[in-house]
Amino acid sequence: MATSTTAPDADRHEPLAGSSARTPARRPRGPRRSLLPYLLLAPAVVLELAIHVVPMVVGVWMSLLELTQFHIRNWSTAPFIGLENYRATLDFNSAAGRELLHSFWITLAYSVLSVGFAWLLGIAAAVVLQRPFRGRAILRALFLTPYALPVYAAVITWSFLLQRDTGLVNHVLVDQLGVLGERPFWLIGDNSFWSLLIVSVWRNWPFAFLCLMAGLQNVPGELYEAAAIDGAGFWRRLRSVTLPMLRPVNLVLLLVLFLWTFNDFNTPYVLFGGSAPEQADLISIHIYRSSFKTWDFGSGSAMSVALLLFLLVVSAAYLLITNRRRDDNA
Amino acid sequence: MRETAGERWGRRIVLTLLTLFVVIPLYVMVTSAAKPLQDVQNGFTWWPSRPTLQPFVDMWSTVPLARYLVNSLVVSSVAAICSVTVAIFAAFAVSRYRFRGRGVFSVTVLSTQMFPGILFLLPLFLIYVNLGNATGIELYASRTGLVITYLTFSLPFSIWMLVGYFDSIPRGLDEAAQVDGAGPLRILFRVILPAAVPGVVAVTVYAFMTAWGEVLFASVMTDEGSRTLAVGLQGYSTQFNVYWNQIMAASLVVSIPVVAGFLALQRYFVAGLTAGAVK
Repeated sequence: MATSTTAPDADRHEPLAGSSARTPARRPRGPRRSLLPYLLLAPAVVLELAIHVVPMVVGVWMSLLELTQFHIRNWSTAPFIGLENYRATLDFNSAAGRELLHSFWITLAYSVLSVGFAWLLGIAAAVVLQRPFRGRAILRALFLTPYALPVYAAVITWSFLLQRDTGLVNHVLVDQLGVLGERPFWLIGDNSFWSLLIVSVWRNWPFAFLCLMAGLQNVPGELYEAAAIDGAGFWRRLRSVTLPMLRPVNLVLLLVLFLWTFNDFNTPYVLFGGSAPEQADLISIHIYRSSFKTWDFGSGSAMSVALLLFLLVVSAAYLLITNRRRDDNA
Repeated sequence: MRETAGERWGRRIVLTLLTLFVVIPLYVMVTSAAKPLQDVQNGFTWWPSRPTLQPFVDMWSTVPLARYLVNSLVVSSVAAICSVTVAIFAAFAVSRYRFRGRGVFSVTVLSTQMFPGILFLLPLFLIYVNLGNATGIELYASRTGLVITYLTFSLPFSIWMLVGYFDSIPRGLDEAAQVDGAGPLRILFRVILPAAVPGVVAVTVYAFMTAWGEVLFASVMTDEGSRTLAVGLQGYSTQFNVYWNQIMAASLVVSIPVVAGFLALQRYFVAGLTAGAVK
């Protein structure tokens, strides 16, 4: 389960700066005191370095090597081939390049649609649950359940629902409602993309709901009262009060959900197994398969680095655009 | 502010549709776990023809589920406890001290969570395999390797949520303890932690869930002995048969503890998210 939930947000510490700036005057100032925060952080920093930063550097280095099955046991002997792996995998005229490009477009469509639908369901649920009524707590807990389920248990259940001969979906559509004449396959062919999307929305929307619900708690009730006195109806209040107030939450939520969905490996892997159908061949599955099928870790790393660069550019652009808008509004 | 009839009906329709969407897979999970094998093989039925608890018995012998369960329990608990312990110290530093590099630390640690897992997978795989060959420290295909990997996955979010909880504890308490002569660690353990217990518990559950649900590393970095539930559940699909009733029974059993923990603590998750994201 990918579980990232927030973007870096450095300025949230600013209010603290004032209060802690006073402390040196009261406290004795010594080398121990100024070292202490670093000592406290050291374990976290070491672990993050060891498991995230160093492997990333190694990954970039690997992408410059001809790291095939002959060199995996002792990869210091792998020949350095510069950008050859990048040229081979990113050449969109070659078969490998075309497949990667195909995966990229599939993944982009999957991410945009999944995040869009997850957000829509999340906001709908958050808005209708804003007002207290009997059974609200139960519904809230129920709606969070898909997020709490381990991903493999949830997705395996969906894969059962989507089985051609024994699944609920075909039973309802074909046997009970009769809207389809013959039983379609849901996990291979063109339908597989939509199956993947629905499963992903089912898993993701509770997270959107959770964040939006948290955001709505911070909207002062007086704003709604004032809007109601001005004669604003439901949609008008949604557009003029709720959505603007949720803007900070949405900025973080949409970016996080997008990155999370774009990197998604678990859903397709559990739904389809190691080899996804071509129509639902997400990029992380594609890299995984091409790395471990041929044990060509060099190309796999090159594709991973290219993916990372793309995500960094998207995140930076998103943060820039949304920050500028925020300044314009201010 | 009164609710109009249109709004009330809109609410009912939205809630009904969402409830159906959420509940149907859960319903199928629960009812299929109580079906005999013929029932799940001969086409879907909404209700078991002969309800039985046999799948809950058989699932232990079809695959070595007990071993996977123990592996998952050990890996997830150790990873969660280590992750939260490390995060407590880091969050204390970020919440209570002003030091050079604090912003850089927060940004770097949190952004590592954004990177695709596949990016770390290949290098870590090679590092673990080569480290094993060179030094005899077995991280590849061992529970230790998984623990170390998983604890870093939940670390950034744990730190971030704990900073939120710690910030909400009044500084006056620290200062009072300081006047009494308490040092920083005493303040952390005697003042801040007791006040942040629900938050710490919520973060621990979160870290546990992260490890409990991880699939990518579990599928590459384990062997038959160290396999976790994430991969082990695939064992119910054999060449000859797919034991859907046992799969659903096993899914149910592995889900109940984390779902219960999450739902019991959801209030604190919302509080943690609010503290961080919604400023």
